[in-house]
Amino acid sequence: MKQNGEHVREGERLLTICNSCRYCEGYCAVFPAMERRMQFSEADVHYLANLCHGCAECYYACQYAPPHEFAVNVPKVFAEIRARSYQKYAWPASIAKIFRGRGIVAIWAAVLAVLIAGVANIGGAQFYDVIPHDSMVAIFLALGAYISFAQFAGLARFWRDTGEGFARFLQPAVLARTLSDILSLRNLDSGGAGCTYPNEMHSPARRRYHHFTFYGFMLCFAATTVAAIYDNVFGWVAPYNYTSVPVVLGTLGGIGLLIGPAGLLLLKRGRDSAIVDTKQDGVDVSLLALLFLTSFTGFMLLALRGTSSMGVLLVVHLAVVLALFVTMPYGKFVHGIYRAAALLKNALEQARQRQT
Amino acid sequence: MAQDILTADVIVIGGGNAALCAALTARQQGASVTVLESAPRDYRGGNSRHTRNMRAMHDAPTEVLTGAYTEEEYFNDLWRVTAGKTDESLARMAIRGSAPAMEWMKSQGVRFQPSLGGTLHLGRTNAFFLGGGKALMNIYYQAATRMGVQVLYNAEVVALEICDGRFVLGRAAVDGNLMEFRAKAVVVASGGFEANLEWLKEAWGPAAENFIVRGTPYNKGTVLRILLDAGAESIGDPKQCHAVAIDGRAPKFDGGIVTRLDCVPLGIVVNKNAERFYDEGEDLWPKRYAIWGRLVAQQPDQIAYSIIDAKAVGRFMPSVFPPIEAASIADLAAALGLSPARLEETVTAFNSAVQLGHFDHQTLDECHTGDGLTPPKTHWARRIDTPPYFGYPLRPGITFTYLGVKVNERAQIRMNSTGYSANLFAAGEIMAGNILGQGYPAGFGMTIGTVFGRIAGKEAAIAAGQA
Repeated sequence: MKQNGEHVREGERLLTICNSCRYCEGYCAVFPAMERRMQFSEADVHYLANLCHGCAECYYACQYAPPHEFAVNVPKVFAEIRARSYQKYAWPASIAKIFRGRGIVAIWAAVLAVLIAGVANIGGAQFYDVIPHDSMVAIFLALGAYISFAQFAGLARFWRDTGEGFARFLQPAVLARTLSDILSLRNLDSGGAGCTYPNEMHSPARRRYHHFTFYGFMLCFAATTVAAIYDNVFGWVAPYNYTSVPVVLGTLGGIGLLIGPAGLLLLKRGRDSAIVDTKQDGVDVSLLALLFLTSFTGFMLLALRGTSSMGVLLVVHLAVVLALFVTMPYGKFVHGIYRAAALLKNALEQARQRQT
Repeated sequence: MAQDILTADVIVIGGGNAALCAALTARQQGASVTVLESAPRDYRGGNSRHTRNMRAMHDAPTEVLTGAYTEEEYFNDLWRVTAGKTDESLARMAIRGSAPAMEWMKSQGVRFQPSLGGTLHLGRTNAFFLGGGKALMNIYYQAATRMGVQVLYNAEVVALEICDGRFVLGRAAVDGNLMEFRAKAVVVASGGFEANLEWLKEAWGPAAENFIVRGTPYNKGTVLRILLDAGAESIGDPKQCHAVAIDGRAPKFDGGIVTRLDCVPLGIVVNKNAERFYDEGEDLWPKRYAIWGRLVAQQPDQIAYSIIDAKAVGRFMPSVFPPIEAASIADLAAALGLSPARLEETVTAFNSAVQLGHFDHQTLDECHTGDGLTPPKTHWARRIDTPPYFGYPLRPGITFTYLGVKVNERAQIRMNSTGYSANLFAAGEIMAGNILGQGYPAGFGMTIGTVFGRIAGKEAAIAAGQA
C-alpha cells in the first residue's frame, strides 16, 4: 500500500507533465487551475484532486496515458489522492479510521437496527408507540449535531490548507458561480457532450443519475425539515397524509433516490476500471446502497404504514437512515463537501485572475 | 504463405489523421473500407496523436477562430516558410480545402476549443482540437466504428504488388500472421520514416543515433520504401527532416510536446566544449524554433546546453524535466559535465559583450552583444549574472521527414514509368513533400492530411466504382 506522501508525489509528477502539455485545458476547471501554478504543493494537489470530477476525458485524450512510459492517468491518481484527503481532513481521525474498509456500512446498519429494535416496541400501532417521540428527537438531534460538526470540522481543515481566508465565502459573485457549478455539475458536462464515463464514449448518464441522487437527497432533506417544523413548531404529529408537503417532497425526493443511486450502481458495473480507484468501490457502493435503501424502506413504510408490519418497517427504515447519518462524515458523502469547497476556491481564483 | 485473404473496395494503409479522413470519406461515398494500422490500439493515430491544431483559412471570425485568414495571406505564409519550395496548385488546394474541411470535421463530431494559454498565439490562424490530437483521433475512430469501417491494428503492410501502375494485391502482417489483401483502390497514408534510425543514418551518418524521435515509433517508412522500390516517383529532399531542439532527457520516441524547450532566446547555448555556436537571439522563437534541431545536430555528439539565470525563470513554458540548477557557473558546468573553466570563460566573454538596453522578450528588442563577439546575440542579450543558474541539455528532436511520393490534385501516386496510378492514392505526411519543400507553418501538416485525406478517400471510392 502506498503511503500518503507517495500519492501526493505522483500527483505532482502528473501535474508537471500536464502543465508542460496543456492540451486538456479546454476540458474542465482542473487544467486552467493547474496553469495558474508553476509548482504544486501538497495543498495544491489536494485542492486540484478535489476539483476533479473524475469525468476521465483527459485520460482518453492523453498521449501520455499508459502504456506510455510517462503513464499519466489523472482521473485514477486524483481519485486515490481524494481518498487520502478525505482521511486527512476527517474529524476526528480516530473515529474516521473505524469506517475504512469495504462493506463496513452494512455492519453498522445491522448493529443500529438491533439497537433500535432493542428499545422499540415493534408491535405498536402508531409511529411513536414504536419509538417514543422524545427518544426519536433526541437520537436524531444529537446525531445531526455531531455529523454537522464533524463535516464542518473537515471542511474547515480543507479550507485552511487552501490558504484562503474564511471571510472569502462572502462574495456574492463567487458564491453564485460556485453554486451554479454545484447545481449544474458543469464539470461533468464537457460543454454538452457529457463525460467519458463509464467508458470513452461521451454520455450524459452519470451527470443525470447524479442529479437524480443530489436533488432527490435535497428534496428528502427538505421534507424532513418541513416535518420537523410541523412537529416542533405547530405540534402536528406524524404520520402526515399523502398530499401533505412533507410526504409530497419526500415522495419526489425518494423517487430521485431510487433512480439516481440505482443508475450510478448500474454504470459502475460496466465502467472502464482503468479510470477509477477500485479500492474505493466499498465506500462508493455503501453510500449508494444506503441512499437507495433509505428511499426504498421509506416507500415501504409509506405504503404499509396502516398494517401490522409498520413497526418492523419503521425500525428498519430508521436503522438505514441512522447508518447513512453515522457514516456521512467518514464515507463517500464527504466528496460533496470537499468538491464544493474546491469549486469555491476555483471561483475565487478565477475572480482574482479576471481582476489582474 | 498468406493464409487469409482480406478484401474491401478501399483499403487504407495507415491510422493517423489523413488515413482516417480518407477512410471515413470513402465510406461516406458508399465504399467498403478497411484500415490497416501498424500500431496497436493504444498507440493508434500516428503522429496525429501528438498534434494539437490545424491551420484553417477563413474570411470571417468563426466559433473557434478570430479575425480572418484569407487564402492569400495563408499562401504567403506558406511561401515564406518554405522559401517558395512548394507546388502552388496543390498548396492552394490544401488551403482552400481547409475551410470546408473544418465543417466536415464538425459533422464527424470533432470538437474545437477557444484558443487559450500556451498556444503560441495562433488563435487567428489555427483551430485547436479540444483535448488535442489523440482526442481528435478517438472521435474519428468512433465515427469509423459507427459507419462500419473495419479497423485492423498491429497490421503492418510488408508488400504491395503494382502492375502497370495499378495496385493488384498486398500483404500485411496482422498480429504477426501474414495476410493477403485485395482492394479496388488503396490509399497510402502511412507517414514518413522519421522513426527509422537506419534510414536516417543514410542522410545523417552516425549522428542520427543521437536523434530523438518526437513522435510515434511506428513511422518506419516501410510502405514509402515499398512504393519507391516499386517505381513511384519521389518528391522532397531525402536528406531533410524537420527537427527542433528538445530536452535531451526526453524518451527516445513519443515524448511529444512536453519535451520542447522555449528558453533558448533567454540565455546562451553552448556545445559540449562549452562554446557558443549560433545567435540565440536571431528572431522570435516561434520562427526560429525549427532551426535549432539542425544546429544541435551539427555539434559534436549532437548535444548542446541552454544556460539561463534566475532572471529567465517564469518567462517560458515549463518543460517536463526540471532544469539542472547551481549557485555558480562553475558548479553548473560541473553538474552538466562541461569544463567549468571554459564555461566561465564563455559566459564572461558573453557578459562583457552585452550592451545594456530595454529588454522585451515579446519583440525584437534592442538588447544585443557588441565588441565583435562571435557569434553575436542580436536580441534579448542580458548578462547571465543572477544566481541560481540553470541548464537544460538539448538534443535534436525529429518531427517528420520530407521525402515522399509525388501526387496530383486527385491524390493519385505518380509512377515513374506509367504516370499517375488509377487506383493508388496517397495522403498525409507521405505526400506532404509535394507542398512542403522545406520548413512548415504550425498546424499545416494536419491541413494537408485532412484535405488530401478527404480527396484521396473520395477518389479511391470513385476508382472502386462507388460514388
